[in-house]
Amino acid sequence: MLAGMTTNVVFGLLRVAVLAAALKAANGEIAEYDIAATNTYVWIGQGLLGFVLLWGNNELAERVRSGDVVVDLYRPWHLQGALLAEDVGRGGYAFLVRLAPPAVFGMLLFPFQFPAHAYQWPLFLMSAVIALVSSFGIRFLVEISSFWLIDNRGLYGFWNVTSGLLCGLTVPIAFFPEWAREVLWLTPFPAMLQAPIDVFLGHGNVVKLLLYQLFWAAAILAVGHFVLQRAVRKVVVQGG
Amino acid sequence: MADVIYPRLIGARLRSQLSYRASFAMDFVTQVIAQCYELLVILILFTQIHALGGFTKNEVLLMYAFAGTAFGVADLFAGQLDNLPTYIRTGNFDVLLMRPLGTLPQIMCSDIRLRRIGRISGALAVLGYALANVPIGWTPAKVLLVIATPIAGSVIYGAVWVVACSICFWIVDGREFANAVTYGSNAFTSYPINVYSRPLRWFMAFVVPGAFVAYYPSLALLGKQDPLGLPGWVGWTSPLVAALAAGVAGLVWRFAVRHYRGTGS
Repeated sequence: MLAGMTTNVVFGLLRVAVLAAALKAANGEIAEYDIAATNTYVWIGQGLLGFVLLWGNNELAERVRSGDVVVDLYRPWHLQGALLAEDVGRGGYAFLVRLAPPAVFGMLLFPFQFPAHAYQWPLFLMSAVIALVSSFGIRFLVEISSFWLIDNRGLYGFWNVTSGLLCGLTVPIAFFPEWAREVLWLTPFPAMLQAPIDVFLGHGNVVKLLLYQLFWAAAILAVGHFVLQRAVRKVVVQGG
Repeated sequence: MADVIYPRLIGARLRSQLSYRASFAMDFVTQVIAQCYELLVILILFTQIHALGGFTKNEVLLMYAFAGTAFGVADLFAGQLDNLPTYIRTGNFDVLLMRPLGTLPQIMCSDIRLRRIGRISGALAVLGYALANVPIGWTPAKVLLVIATPIAGSVIYGAVWVVACSICFWIVDGREFANAVTYGSNAFTSYPINVYSRPLRWFMAFVVPGAFVAYYPSLALLGKQDPLGLPGWVGWTSPLVAALAAGVAGLVWRFAVRHYRGTGS
């Protein structure tokens, strides 16, 4: 826990420095981001990373590979729903130990842009929770791909190395060239990180952002449900 | 004995990885993409700006490429140390201690991850591009510097890896601490160090000698003045710093291993 926090803070410091140098070169502002907004972006982003858990531990995939998943499947529950509930619970804990510390660190030590209106706080919380659900949905899809791939480490690794950029963890999506921005906002990736940050900063239309996030969260969960059903049909239980 | 065993061990590791071709190809591609991540970040930033910390895009790419190549090579040989917590927690470290070979080389040979070559080749490609596109007054000494820099850099990163992972002998779950330093210093050294705040620079550039991986050698190559005021010859000292770092790492490792207690069983 402490270790994860340290990592977030170290990478936060590195990101803040590079982005601040970029701002300085661009006369103080790039695409609605001034120095306070950039700091806020970095620290909220580093906190959200542990809260939405962009990179999981691939545990379910390992259980699929070893066959232990059978135990999970014959329990009287909907596997995806149960794991989602577990993940939301993890999120509650992560809120305190992963999201709050880097955010407070940033608030205390750096110029910080607080939400202009009080109502943005609950909206941010809502947005963050929806982001967590989408992130869970994607992780779930990556993990159950091992029903087909057996060894999903390639896909898992692929997600781990691309998601940071696609979701807006390292550079705000607003900094991307216009075509890339437009393409990215058509995908679910910004819903997992950039959208809640935008809600916090008051960038863009908050209702639109939340609807966009809700749409993708629902879509990803639906796909996950469907894929799981297909997967269960092909599970063969060996021995008894 | 060691001279026979290590080549055989490494050979066996390499063959085992190449026997799953599709999986290896996917891993390889993932590593190339992983290396391109920071490249894309730099390219995206430079769509908005023309210089970062007073350096042009190609100059920053040169530093990024030196850092990436060095990190890739270090990762190939020292990345296995990330598994150290597992060895310690499960007590498997006992096994390494019982064999009549050094513990550190044993861990390093335990899993030479060939896919890391994907990372290295990605970085080398950018290095080629950057060297062709920045103004360098070539001399034989500078050619030597280009060759020595990634080697010295990988020794520095390797030393950082050993020291950072040694913490796992005290804090078994210390892998993320270690990663903050190892992966963190890769991210750190990919940019001109004058963009960082003073305490961060002090720690990551000089305590962890990250500045000698890419920044100072690049300045020497470009013939640029250091904005932080160090003299020009500093850029040529990376091999010395690397030797020093390796020596320190060796001492820290010995000290750490002596601290190890088996789990008994």
